[in-house]
Amino acid sequence: MTGEQLILLSLVLPVLAVLGITICRHRENLREGCTLVVSFALLGVVLQLLSLVMAGARPELALLEILPGIDIRFEVEPLGMLFAAVAAILWPVNSLYSIGYMRGNDEVNQTRFYIFFAIAIGAAMGVAFAGNLITLFVFYEILTLSTFPLVAHKGNQSALTGARTYLGILLSTSIGLLLPAIVWTWYISGTTHFTPGGILTGRLEGPAITVLALLYLFGIGKAAVMPVHRWLPAAMVAPTPVSALLHAVAVVKAGVFSIVKIVVYVFGLDFINLAPGIDWLMWITCFTIIAASLIALRQDNLKKRLAYSTIGQLSYVVLGAVLLAPISITGAALHIIAHAFGKITLFFAAGSIYTSCKKTEVSQLNGIGHRMPFTMAAFSIGALSMIGVPPAAGFLSKWYLFMGAFQAEQFIAVTIIVLSTLLNAAYFAPIIYAAWFKRESSETILTYGEAPWPVVLALSITAALTILLFLFPRVPFELIQQITS
Amino acid sequence: MSLDQLPAVQVVLPLLAAPICFLLGRHGKVSWVLSTLVSWCCFWISVLLAIRVLDGSEITYAFGGWAPPWGIEYRVDQLNALVLLVVSGIASIVFPYSWKSIEQEVDPEQHSLFFTCMLLCLAGLLGITITGDAFNLFVLLEISSLSSYTLISLGRDRRALTASFQYLIMGTIGATFILIGVGILYMLTGTLNISDLSSRLPELGNSRALQAGFGFLVVGIGLKLAMFPLHLWLPNAYAFAPSAVSAFIAATSTKVAVYVMVRYLFTVFGVDFSFSTMKIHWLFIPMGLFAVLFTSIVALFQRDIKRMLAYSSVAQIGYMLIGIGLVTTTGLGAALLHLFNHALMKGALFLSLGAVCYRLGNTFIDDMQGIGRQMPWMMAAFLIGGLSLVGVPLTVGFISKWYLILAAVERGMWIVVAVVLIGSLIALIYIWRVVEAVYLQPRPEQAATTREAPVWLLAPMWILVFTNIYFGVDTTVTTEFALKAASSLFGSQ
Repeated sequence: MTGEQLILLSLVLPVLAVLGITICRHRENLREGCTLVVSFALLGVVLQLLSLVMAGARPELALLEILPGIDIRFEVEPLGMLFAAVAAILWPVNSLYSIGYMRGNDEVNQTRFYIFFAIAIGAAMGVAFAGNLITLFVFYEILTLSTFPLVAHKGNQSALTGARTYLGILLSTSIGLLLPAIVWTWYISGTTHFTPGGILTGRLEGPAITVLALLYLFGIGKAAVMPVHRWLPAAMVAPTPVSALLHAVAVVKAGVFSIVKIVVYVFGLDFINLAPGIDWLMWITCFTIIAASLIALRQDNLKKRLAYSTIGQLSYVVLGAVLLAPISITGAALHIIAHAFGKITLFFAAGSIYTSCKKTEVSQLNGIGHRMPFTMAAFSIGALSMIGVPPAAGFLSKWYLFMGAFQAEQFIAVTIIVLSTLLNAAYFAPIIYAAWFKRESSETILTYGEAPWPVVLALSITAALTILLFLFPRVPFELIQQITS
Repeated sequence: MSLDQLPAVQVVLPLLAAPICFLLGRHGKVSWVLSTLVSWCCFWISVLLAIRVLDGSEITYAFGGWAPPWGIEYRVDQLNALVLLVVSGIASIVFPYSWKSIEQEVDPEQHSLFFTCMLLCLAGLLGITITGDAFNLFVLLEISSLSSYTLISLGRDRRALTASFQYLIMGTIGATFILIGVGILYMLTGTLNISDLSSRLPELGNSRALQAGFGFLVVGIGLKLAMFPLHLWLPNAYAFAPSAVSAFIAATSTKVAVYVMVRYLFTVFGVDFSFSTMKIHWLFIPMGLFAVLFTSIVALFQRDIKRMLAYSSVAQIGYMLIGIGLVTTTGLGAALLHLFNHALMKGALFLSLGAVCYRLGNTFIDDMQGIGRQMPWMMAAFLIGGLSLVGVPLTVGFISKWYLILAAVERGMWIVVAVVLIGSLIALIYIWRVVEAVYLQPRPEQAATTREAPVWLLAPMWILVFTNIYFGVDTTVTTEFALKAASSLFGSQ
């Protein structure tokens, strides 16, 4: 198949999933079958695209022209390919997990859940393959809107409040800041097309560059740079599979991915380096990294702690982008993958614990490693990856971020990375210690074991992926090399 | 019938059909069929007219064979071809819709009267748009206004009577002002023909009389188009009128008034006089900004969703005023685009509320809780219309906001950009309030279960919803019309 057909297929497949799920809504096994079949088909399509891009091709697809110069078009480049591949690899795993989780917890409205999940994945594909800012914006908004019903899934008051915060922050930043930034970009450059080397060179100068960069940084609320991070903890009211795939991978990665993409393809590294006060972008992300880690330390709710950890980790990616050194871009891109595999494992583990014994707080986890060995082993691997310890993938990306910070001679950034690594260790190590070495309190008469097998299988796969990525990082490396060299 | 007669037929057809409807008396259904057919014919005629002026030419028609300036001249150019399309297009959708809707909301004995007034209103609006004669414009304005007072008073709620009366008072003041303004222009120039006026006024130079005429006309038309703060008649009128009437008037009447304003400012008085001498944009932009911010916020607090949309209409008119006040081709083009697009979205929204009213008897947000599951098609229509109102990409709302923002950026008016964006965000909040109530809240326990609206309500509604998406994706026709019309309005100077 040609690249054009593959792109189209990657967008159409999720729609097919929606149709299939709707038709089979009364027969649960068939309905979940639809999701699984389509998710594997999508994986196949994306891997085929990956091989094309690895060979140096840049498949394109122009769909429709809304206004002169403003069109919906897709173009696959290495960065987007990487993001799409991560989402496509994790969707089948997550579907498997969802089946175990949703049935294990007797959740209501499961059909709606699977439908909007498929739409969200389709939107993530659109964001990944977007060939210009307009397309990116359209799919970015679809992603926001389609995840709203997932966050509000439980339908009780706290879910509604959380979902409102979620939608309010994401939509107001994107309409209020991102859209003007896009209009501005279009107005001064006449195009919104992602072009290697940027489209703004020579068209904008002085502090205006920094203002535009800040508009993008805060307009893309999905990157959760403080102070527009509040939606992420709020979204934790969603069922765990949503938190796992969407709020650790698809949605948040769509945010940081967009930032990296805009820095590389709209501003261009050489151009943005000239802007006065561009260091401020770095200070903001450094602050976010430290502040989020400190807040994470104080969270007793496991999912909340993971959410704040995500905010900090996302800012690593943004930091990699705004250090503006080729090596740090490599680090940023690698961290998108490493964090995806690690954090989804952690969320899977949290959901697994909730499914088998309804525990949600860190302080309840004493000795749980002996009851749920697979879950907690996977959790430990994920946590090691977050801290950046070999043999987990997080080590690689941190290594490159370090080198980038050195290359850019930003020694404060170096200090921040070291400091935050210590903080990461400080909020993950106690959980691991409690799970394996502390005694279970004697009052518990509850007997429970591992969660349902689909759940355990899913989290084992992602934990394995975390280690495999450390051992075999060739494919992502070669992809990223295509951008930075 | 030769094609040359089309401009006359456009107005005469509904005007003649109206008394026939009235004579049909108790045969309400027959008059419905008749008026629906008439509205479709009108739409067909305006499509034919639009095709003929697409290349930039103008059609002129001398009524009764009397050559202008003695006789009445009808004149079609790209600007009013676009407005004709809007008015007749909305009519051809609302007329078929109205039968089922008024079955619930209007006394059976008044059904023929209803269609008579609808046809008169349609004839008036089409006439205002197509005529090239200032006095004829006033007459047709009165025809459309008087018929809409009647239509609003047909609402079941007795408050419809006071709403109609309020509108009558304000509307009559507006019409009187317009008449005085036209009279002054006649005194100064000795002609009522719009193209003659436009060529003679610049020769006269600036005079106090001319300024007074200008003032009377702007305020008079401003009342008709519900320019902030002259909009007070509008929320009640829209809220208490029968749903079909709200949809028709909201989508067409104020749009036609905006057209009249543009016609007077740009064609009759000319860009130089209106904007360099009178500096009318110093009135339009602040009033537009206030309208967007103030009425959007008021809309947030409405319990009756119909009333909420009425306030939102005033805000949307604010966007059009801002577009006109930017005094650039892009700005005026954005205003004209929004004129067209807003008709599509408000039409769709009011029609879907009409269906809610058909099933529930009212449109209060508390009563609408949880009906999303029971009326999925209808509420999906509301959702899409609402997203279009907010300005989400791939809907028409995005296109007009895009051009408006672009025009503001061109002029470097950042405050306008900010207000347009804030206005969109507030729109998002008040639309989302409804979406949340409808989809996420449970149905109140004592409430009766409802069903999907009948197909006679759904089909027209979904045609409009479809156009919201179609013209948001394929914008060649609309942008071409709007931008060409805008540049010819500036170019004629």
